[in-house]
Amino acid sequence: MMVRAAAPPTTALGAEPGFVVQLEAFSGPLDLLLHLLREEQIEIADIPIARICDQFLKAIHELGLNQAADYLEMASRLVRLKVQLLLPRSLDDEGWEDPRAELVRRLLEYQQIREIAQWMGSAAERRAEQLARGYLPPVPASPLPPLVLDLLAMLQAVERVIAAIPAPVLHRVVARPLDVEGAQRRIEALLEASSEISWLDALGPDPTIADVLSVLLALLELARRGALQLRQPAPFAPMVIARESAHPAV
Amino acid sequence: MNPLTQLCEAALFAASRPLTVEELATLDPEATGADVRAALDELREHYEFGQHGVELVELAGGYQVLTRAVHAAAIERAQFSVRANRLSPAALETLAVIAYRQPVGRAEIEEIRGVSAGGVLRSLQERSLIEVVGRSEGMGRPLLYGTSPLFLELLGLRDLADLPKAEELTIALQPHRPEAEGPDDAEAYVPAES
Repeated sequence: MMVRAAAPPTTALGAEPGFVVQLEAFSGPLDLLLHLLREEQIEIADIPIARICDQFLKAIHELGLNQAADYLEMASRLVRLKVQLLLPRSLDDEGWEDPRAELVRRLLEYQQIREIAQWMGSAAERRAEQLARGYLPPVPASPLPPLVLDLLAMLQAVERVIAAIPAPVLHRVVARPLDVEGAQRRIEALLEASSEISWLDALGPDPTIADVLSVLLALLELARRGALQLRQPAPFAPMVIARESAHPAV
Repeated sequence: MNPLTQLCEAALFAASRPLTVEELATLDPEATGADVRAALDELREHYEFGQHGVELVELAGGYQVLTRAVHAAAIERAQFSVRANRLSPAALETLAVIAYRQPVGRAEIEEIRGVSAGGVLRSLQERSLIEVVGRSEGMGRPLLYGTSPLFLELLGLRDLADLPKAEELTIALQPHRPEAEGPDDAEAYVPAES
């Protein structure tokens, strides 16, 4: 039945088509509707809504277009028209307006646009048969010739550039070296005096950030060398730093 | 050939777009619009009766030297040039609405075509076939679109009046008359083959 739909999307039966690819065959729901009318050889002004509505629904289902918003909107319009026309009305109703009028107006308008589009398409094709002079992209700027200058001129140029820099503000990086060796010596001395010390003992009074990091690294280093033991008796309990008896600190 | 005709021919050869009479008149401070028009007539006849491979075509408000249609296939086969890509039906329909309703907003285009138009409008704008010509006074002040000079060039139209008139459209798929020619320049526009 769908002559123009060369390749309807293949959706496996029962599978949920999550994404609708618009077919090239129809440029929209109005196009599909016109196609159906043409196929049935029906005058636009006298659409048998019930029949066309059913055919439209069937067609968008067959074409897998029943999830495309544009087609769904037209489908719902048609269903509403069908319902309106099915409702009984009294024969002497003077103010009755054909509910199809709006749809007919849109279809005629769209048909006219289609006709213009077709005319424009063939005009463009005729025009494309005549070629203008080939467009040449602008030639990219060639690289600059090699510089010829002496040392003095270059130094002067550097000075001019430097002079143009507004009051240079340099960020000074202050070196704060960690004293890991010092911390190691200090911990070893403490462990000479007592077999167990706490983290706070190892830190000493008023430690700076550098001191804390130094002590931490020193502890890890000594523990790695087996010079001491790090123990934590319970979760979140203070760390216990103990002398390694088997390998006494050197 | 008249020196001004030669000058116009050289300019039309050098330019890669249609040139208007006003633009061509700037070639020579002495030349008036009428002089340029006479020169263009001479050039057109020269190409016409000298049996040249190119012809002078009036389009997009100006004049351009184009190859004759009979040569397009051979030139393309030899890969010296390519014909412009065809426009999709969606693009043509959108252009049709814009051409006849301009300035027109996106909502009206979508209402007439029954489909959303965002993607098509963007690609038409990227191809410079339409341009934003203003903003509507309506809610949200939506953009209004119109056709560009390139649109006329692409369709080979002199101006928008070359589009078919609304009253000529009532019967669908009527074969269109080949060229809408004014009576004054009708004899100058002899079809290429004859």
